[in-house]
Amino acid sequence: MRESGSKSKDEGKSKKTEHELHHDMNNGALVKLVDVHKTYRTGEMEVHAVRGVSFEIRRAEFVALMGASGSGKSTLMNILGCLDRPTSGRYVLDGSDVSGLDRDRLADIRNRKIGFVFQNFNLLPRTSARENVELPLVYSAQFLSTAQLREKADRVLASVGLAGREDHHPSQLSGGQQQRVAIARALINDPEIVLADEPTGNLDSRTSIEIMGIFQQLNERGITIVMVTHEQDIAAYAQRNVIMRDGVVLSDRVVTQRLNAAREIENVTTSTSDDGA
Amino acid sequence: MRSVLTALGIIIGVGAVIAMVGIGNGAKAQVETQIASLGQNVILIFSGSTTSSGIRTGWGGAGTLKIEDAEAIRREVSGVLGVSEEVVSTTQVAAGNQNWFTRVYGESADYFDIRQWPLADGAPFTPQDVRSANKVCVIGRTTATQVYGNEDPVGQILRIKEVPFTILGVLTPKGLSTQGVDQDDIVIMPYTSAMKRVIGGTNLRNISVQIGDGQQVEAAQQQIISLLRQRHNIRPGRDDDFTVRNQQEIAEAATETSRVMTVLLGAIAGVSLVVGGIGIMNIMLVSVTERTREIGVRMAVGAHGSDILTQFLIEAVTLSSVGGIIGIVCGIGASRILSIYAHWPTLISISSIAIAFLFSAAVGVFFGFYPARKAAALDPIEALRYE
Repeated sequence: MRESGSKSKDEGKSKKTEHELHHDMNNGALVKLVDVHKTYRTGEMEVHAVRGVSFEIRRAEFVALMGASGSGKSTLMNILGCLDRPTSGRYVLDGSDVSGLDRDRLADIRNRKIGFVFQNFNLLPRTSARENVELPLVYSAQFLSTAQLREKADRVLASVGLAGREDHHPSQLSGGQQQRVAIARALINDPEIVLADEPTGNLDSRTSIEIMGIFQQLNERGITIVMVTHEQDIAAYAQRNVIMRDGVVLSDRVVTQRLNAAREIENVTTSTSDDGA
Repeated sequence: MRSVLTALGIIIGVGAVIAMVGIGNGAKAQVETQIASLGQNVILIFSGSTTSSGIRTGWGGAGTLKIEDAEAIRREVSGVLGVSEEVVSTTQVAAGNQNWFTRVYGESADYFDIRQWPLADGAPFTPQDVRSANKVCVIGRTTATQVYGNEDPVGQILRIKEVPFTILGVLTPKGLSTQGVDQDDIVIMPYTSAMKRVIGGTNLRNISVQIGDGQQVEAAQQQIISLLRQRHNIRPGRDDDFTVRNQQEIAEAATETSRVMTVLLGAIAGVSLVVGGIGIMNIMLVSVTERTREIGVRMAVGAHGSDILTQFLIEAVTLSSVGGIIGIVCGIGASRILSIYAHWPTLISISSIAIAFLFSAAVGVFFGFYPARKAAALDPIEALRYE
């Protein structure tokens, strides 16, 4: 059953609920938040960043999480990413409750099940693209030989369009290329879910569309993506938009006018070639 | 570059210690060889009293040792293997038209065993020669070469202070002593002949006594002291008018300086390693701060606190160990240069290298721990947000 603090009406809502039930029985939700609260102290003050959020995310969904600053979206992302624990409420990821796990267990979950993409890429400087992509494997429990590590990293780099640049350092890569490396790193351990925090924040509009294109391709292959953004244009590439305000979910709806990155790229190309002066 | 500067503290500290330990060991070894060459289980008795710290005062000063003292020791002290009465002078020796100014030692026939100084050529003089005060002697390699050139001196006549002596043999070379004296520039004759014909006087400069069993040396020393006090009529409560030292004590006095130096070295080493360690801690703290975002990313992709701790600890240990190795190499190099150009003897032991390396690694662990723990304790969310 999909609970939500949703205030707006959705046309096919009742149908979805049935479909939802059916899905629940068969697949189970990948992410299930149940009345999650997060309160933290800054000095003397207590801040209630998240005040009772409940929703679910199914596999292969592409969700954009939006809201002004202070809406609690970043805090919620941190909880979704197992970087933080809810003060109360439950977070069930892939069938297991991760709300009360200790630091080391959370680290393991992040390593195996979650991939992160950040606004400022957060690549290791003076390190090759390949080694950056291999980083999560360094901390995973599986033992791969150097050759196997290398082969896997190269494969993932190729899948995001960076074949041939495996040895480049971040300083030798453009913003868009660096973000692709970051995406490859997020994918290396075959995560359940990819969390992207303002992934296009540091990129120009054309590169942003390219990155959205990669996300859409990944999503078509079945990868679940949750993306935080404050830009409507970028949110339109997702399937579903969840908007937060003051710590609660304001609206949660399917994107009606969804953009397709491949087409948008063409538009950008034609328009720039049209612009004469 | 920054790492090099940091490691400099360790490099200099370790290098200085290795070099100084090398010099100290070399000096000590050389002195020990010198003293060992005095012979095994040897007790030295010389005139004049000395304070316990010095052994140089009173050499032949007061002149209280008599020949009869030596004979009494031979007779009455247990465990005695050999006794040598010593008188010393420097004088002109000549053969043909070659002459040479050299040291003349009068000793007993036991001297060569006591001093473990064999002959390269010919034979030493005998107890009979000593009893008869015969005009015989043995000479050292330097004296032989100076007076006789390449000729064999054995059997030849050597005029010592115009008295003709027959050369019975040539001593094996011993080289320079620690004080820089040429030990082969010497003539040794029976002390009786020396006192009668060359030097005169009735007093001995010193008496060497060799004891057969190392265990008995202490007891023999006590016996000698009480015997001599009795013979010299020294009342209880009064100081001896002679000094008795066994080889051990002489060696210890000589190495006393090196022991003081070793303690000093230890202190310097300790201080320099602490300084080096603080440098490492400082640079690691800076490194942790600079790499806060990187630590956040590592944690985000699954690093445990312990993984981060280990990573930074290894970096600290690597820094200090490499500094240690460079320091060891520099120290050995400095040692070598000193031994070649300043002719100081040096001795680098494997154990001092191993200890220096272990200590520099330990400094890395100890001083790197705090920064590493700080890194591991970072909150990933805060770290990722760090500007």
